[in-house]
Amino acid sequence: MKKEWPLWEVFIRGQHGLAHRHVGSLHAPDAEVALKSARDVYTRRNEGLSIWVVQANDITASSPSEKGPLFDPSQDKVYRHPTFFPMPEELKGL
Amino acid sequence: MYAQMVKSTGAAVKSLEEMEPQERAFQERIDAGEKIEPKDWMPEGYRKTLVRQISQHAHSEIVGQLPEGNWITRAPTLERKAILLAKVQDEAGHGLYLYCAAETLGVSRDELYEQLHSGKAKYSSIFNYPTLNWADIGAVGWLVDGAAIMNQVPLQRTSFGPYSRAMIRICKEESFHQRQGYDIMMKMAFGNEAQKRMAQDALNRFWWPALMMFGPSDKDSVHSAQSMAWKIKLNTNDELRQKFVDQTVPQAEYLGLTIPDETVKWNEERGHYDFADPDWAEFFEVIKGNGPCNKERLGARVKAWDDGAWFRDGLMAHAQKHALADAAE
Amino acid sequence: MDKALFEFLCRMGDNTLVLGHRVSEWCGHAPVLEEDIALANMSLDLIGQTQLWLGLAGEIEGKGRSADDFAYLRDAFDFRNLLLVEQPNGDFGKTLMRQFLFDGFQSVMLEQLAISKNERVREIAQKVAKEVSYHLERSSDLVVRLGDGSQESHQRMQAALEDLWPYVGEMFLDEAEDAVLADAGIAPQPSSLKTAWDELMLPLLGKACLEVPESGYFQKGGKRGTHSEHLGFILAEMQFLQRAYPGATW
Repeated sequence: MKKEWPLWEVFIRGQHGLAHRHVGSLHAPDAEVALKSARDVYTRRNEGLSIWVVQANDITASSPSEKGPLFDPSQDKVYRHPTFFPMPEELKGL
Repeated sequence: MYAQMVKSTGAAVKSLEEMEPQERAFQERIDAGEKIEPKDWMPEGYRKTLVRQISQHAHSEIVGQLPEGNWITRAPTLERKAILLAKVQDEAGHGLYLYCAAETLGVSRDELYEQLHSGKAKYSSIFNYPTLNWADIGAVGWLVDGAAIMNQVPLQRTSFGPYSRAMIRICKEESFHQRQGYDIMMKMAFGNEAQKRMAQDALNRFWWPALMMFGPSDKDSVHSAQSMAWKIKLNTNDELRQKFVDQTVPQAEYLGLTIPDETVKWNEERGHYDFADPDWAEFFEVIKGNGPCNKERLGARVKAWDDGAWFRDGLMAHAQKHALADAAE
Repeated sequence: MDKALFEFLCRMGDNTLVLGHRVSEWCGHAPVLEEDIALANMSLDLIGQTQLWLGLAGEIEGKGRSADDFAYLRDAFDFRNLLLVEQPNGDFGKTLMRQFLFDGFQSVMLEQLAISKNERVREIAQKVAKEVSYHLERSSDLVVRLGDGSQESHQRMQAALEDLWPYVGEMFLDEAEDAVLADAGIAPQPSSLKTAWDELMLPLLGKACLEVPESGYFQKGGKRGTHSEHLGFILAEMQFLQRAYPGATW
């Protein structure tokens, strides 16, 4: 039997309507305990309204060596950003 | 500091030209202010040094619970008790964040504990000094947290992403720690004669150990040059120590307390206070395990861990039993 | 009436004061970091509750005594807490079991106080109830897991239950003041809470695979100021500074 408690990643949604954000990690024997500990560890200053926990092993992450292929192409699509389209300064509401 | 004696590679710092392409690309990212993340390629020395530094820092936080924890049950008012408990709890939290940051480098928390408990890993020398009167709780917040903040604020910009993020959270939470310490000092220094005596006594005992927290002079240290190149150390020990003295002397004057160093004097030319060196022989003895409380501190941590084994195993056994039962359904 | 209410508020405040003190003894010594942090939260809640209950006791008494005065300047025979909460921490299982048994009592008590005819009592009860329901959720969860965990954790939890069971009966013991308060609709007779406590707690103990000891003779006296030897040592530690340096401000 493996004795060390597994690692969990903790995500918290705060007061201001933003999405859940990764705040840190902790150790717990299972998801339920992880959730309770996350409350005690990561909301000591009234930071959260909702908590997600996920076992660190269950996260599939992109690999840094693929950073080029994954993210560089979007740098070329400058037309996705509003500043691509210059507007006459005197116009309002655009 | 909380990681006083971290040895990095020991070799002289390589210039970019001397590096293999991979290492060179790595160093250039650091020079450009990019963060290194756990899955990125990194030199083995960088990884090892970081594990040592972050875990020393984490160990310091949890051993650091003990000297202050000493006074929780003797705090003089309900409010002081709550404040102190909240502060010591924060330290446990900071230890936890830091262990998690170290774990991203491929070492487990239990392994790090094992290193602490066996005496292989170090923690800050300061926590091997006793807290003998209530003003010590003030002095620890004022001087020890004050010294720690000097080091931690720049570390928010350290090159390793998880470490930097942990430090950002820690600094945010720690902002009240030093103030609550000074608040106690004010009450004591402006209180009755007995309280003033406690305040001066606390300053007398914590001044030199606080200066030692920054570690020995690092003018000639290759370790620290490498750590600075890697941006896991951002200031020299001497720089930080001077900054601490410059900040603390006027604060002591405000309290009407005397710094136990007759040589402390403003140096107009340097624009800094002059001050004497702490007793480095004592420092090395404390690091070696011969400080006044080394045995108690480490003993308390080992006992907590050993006594708690059945609890951790019991919860694990329950989780595994029920995971099996759920899977069978 | 005020005398009865004062006694009652001291009981509430002294319970949380003494238990909060005991729980805070764990700080830095718990079996795992996550638990260290959680226990500190619980202790902080209990200290906060103490300030509310003893603060109100001081107002009702009308002699200008503060919560701190009650905590730091009374001797053991003026303390009104249950014997249960002053029992030593023992191993972590005993601490959790003590918490669990007490949380159950607080929970059924606060349910009644939340509809008290005394507005101040009602307000405090409503505020505190949220904290207590979280405490019970936590302590019961851990008791169930450890009771139904490894062989060792089961044995330790069973031993803890047996150690502490003789202190459960005192929770439901009525004192003279209780009838006055119950008639006025301010606070329930403790004996009236027994059924609710049984309904809440016995199934949880069952889920924890723990055997409830034969109810029989139980220890009492805390509510009247006759304590175990432990309280004197708690106070010697807690009150040291206030006693050694009278009148100082901290």
